[in-house]
Amino acid sequence: MEARSFVLRGVLAGAVAGLVAWLFSLVFAEPQIDAAIAYEEGRGEAEATLATAAGSPPAGGAEEEIVSRGVQATLGIGVGMVGIGVALGLLFAVAYTLLHGRVALRPRVLALVVAGAGFLTIYATPFVKYPASPPAVGSDETISDRTALYLVMVVGSLVFLAAAVAVTRLVRERLGLWNAVLVGGVVYVALSAILMTVLPGLGELTINVVENGPRASETPLPLRDAAGTIIYPGFDADVLYDFRLASFTAQLLLWGVLGLVFGGLVERRLARGESSDRTPEVTAA
Amino acid sequence: MTTAGAVARARATAIPASQTLPWLISALFVGLVLYYFIGIDEGAVSVFGDTSYIHEFVHDARHFLGFPCH
Repeated sequence: MEARSFVLRGVLAGAVAGLVAWLFSLVFAEPQIDAAIAYEEGRGEAEATLATAAGSPPAGGAEEEIVSRGVQATLGIGVGMVGIGVALGLLFAVAYTLLHGRVALRPRVLALVVAGAGFLTIYATPFVKYPASPPAVGSDETISDRTALYLVMVVGSLVFLAAAVAVTRLVRERLGLWNAVLVGGVVYVALSAILMTVLPGLGELTINVVENGPRASETPLPLRDAAGTIIYPGFDADVLYDFRLASFTAQLLLWGVLGLVFGGLVERRLARGESSDRTPEVTAA
Repeated sequence: MTTAGAVARARATAIPASQTLPWLISALFVGLVLYYFIGIDEGAVSVFGDTSYIHEFVHDARHFLGFPCH
């Protein structure tokens, strides 16, 4: 099989995975997103009332709606999920092609290993430090910092996995495969932990510290008036938990389906090549 | 190990870099561009000026996939 076959199968498997993740998101993401947007609007009104009472003109005004909620919640999230499925399918195919035939694993097992590595580095490890957040959780002013920090976590995780694999290969002769993989795992966790300790929490960003004092996150606190009475609650912890659990599950689905479908497609292609033609061309490819 | 597994493993021969490189580089490029537009564009940085259409269109997916969003 050549690279073209892998890349095309990566796109197909990624699109299927994206479709599954889309269906999942319609059921499990949208209720939480709606709840978060309702919270955000209610908080905006409470802030406006508070500002008027204090004698200052209400800041900002309603956000202009460029794409309607109806489109965002159906087609928009669909294009986003399928699009990211294809993107991850392409990146997955690159990694898979480089490893295919170079490790002693059959294709469908290798495909799951590569998908697991993608889930771990591109989503799960960054999620530990900077978890997915619904609307209303996350300040407009820190979007640049948050994006940069998130990408540092993604790239860092990829580099750490490469380092862990290199260490595993280095000690494999001496310790045996099982222990070598354990050592690699420890290297990955240790490097990730160091990076997470060094990077700031989102609540520690300067803009947020000025506004609310040092905190771990940007999750909205209760809104208080001058006397300290709570006039609007903090963000609902259950909505936040449900949203993050659903986000994590959606990524498991995305990577899991990608790996399973890709592995199945490749093995089917290889089995077909074996039975139908025995020309030397196949052996060469 | 099943026969099918043994066959699949035997078939899984490595591919020389020369014929794979164009496909791999293209796949890497397109994959990264897609990742960028769905996850990042028109938030912190923007390619097509200061509109927010892409950002707003994939807004829900961006939140749900874990990308920073407002």
